[in-house]
Amino acid sequence: MSETGLLLVVVGMGVITYGLRAGSLLLAERLPNKAWLRSFLRFVPVAVLSAIIAMELLTPGGTLSVSPLANHRLLAGILAILVAWRTRRILPTVLVGLISLWILQAITF
Amino acid sequence: MAKTFTNRSLLWAGIRATLPLVASVAPFGMLFGALGGTAGIPPSVTLLMSPVVFAGSAQFISMQLMTGGASAVVLLLTTFVVNLRHALYGLSLAPHMTRLSRGWKWLLAYFMTDETYAVAISRYNQDAADPPSNLHWFYLGSGLTLWSTWQISTLIGLVFGSHIPPSWGLDFAVPLTFIALVVPAIFDRAAVVAALVGGGMAVLLGGLPLKLGLVAAAFTGILAGMAVDLGWFKKRLAASEAVEREP
Repeated sequence: MSETGLLLVVVGMGVITYGLRAGSLLLAERLPNKAWLRSFLRFVPVAVLSAIIAMELLTPGGTLSVSPLANHRLLAGILAILVAWRTRRILPTVLVGLISLWILQAITF
Repeated sequence: MAKTFTNRSLLWAGIRATLPLVASVAPFGMLFGALGGTAGIPPSVTLLMSPVVFAGSAQFISMQLMTGGASAVVLLLTTFVVNLRHALYGLSLAPHMTRLSRGWKWLLAYFMTDETYAVAISRYNQDAADPPSNLHWFYLGSGLTLWSTWQISTLIGLVFGSHIPPSWGLDFAVPLTFIALVVPAIFDRAAVVAALVGGGMAVLLGGLPLKLGLVAAAFTGILAGMAVDLGWFKKRLAASEAVEREP
């Protein structure tokens, strides 16, 4: 594809992405106010974020690894989950997770 | 009576809440810029993509496809599938934005990423009982922070390449932040089920291309949460017991 062609494709990609973002946000007000819909929406953040977290912790680099001893990210992630549960704060959670990852990498090399 | 905050204080709160993610998004943006620089793609294409598309995963995948000479149709379809999860984010944010003008919604939709969605929805949910009417300034602060990080890091990566060693594991800050946001939101049995099923299915379906596994896992997790929340399983159990009791 020529440079102009690629630039046009990028604009198209932008229109599609923005369409998904704005379309869902603006059309949602026309949805009915039903109990099942409220329940559906309630679980969106928990389900999506848990799915992302599980993939990052259990399949680092694309391969499944369920042993906390071999998988540094899994063990560091479990520690971070405990900190998040106790403190409910972002910064301590991120710091404990990152620092324990570094320590685990250092002691096993 | 809702607590009142100035627009500016909420904007700053949104910026602060997003800072832990900057450490992770900046190396990712630099990697994207560097990839564009080495893949033989014109710099104009790389530079245009970050502000026009503004979606990390879709940008990485389409850059690789472009290098392989993919057609326009493939690139557009891939973008649609990879970014499909944003429709879920929009539906989930919408009930918190009912009083917002159309103009604000158009603006905030542009800043909708995994990260800003995660940061904003947890704040909306925290304040759900008594939300300040100007909470969208928090969202805007988060969106602007990520947006600037992404644009600047793309440019740096394109010009200087990426020199951050992967062994630092800075990309890990994103799932760590998501952990901090999601764990306090899991306070009842239905949410535990949604989290476990969503996470479990993501691992099972992780091999599917184009984030399809993520979307399918999210839907399964949501449905599992709804089943507990709305008592589908109980109703069915009760119904089957009733049938069994029939003479």
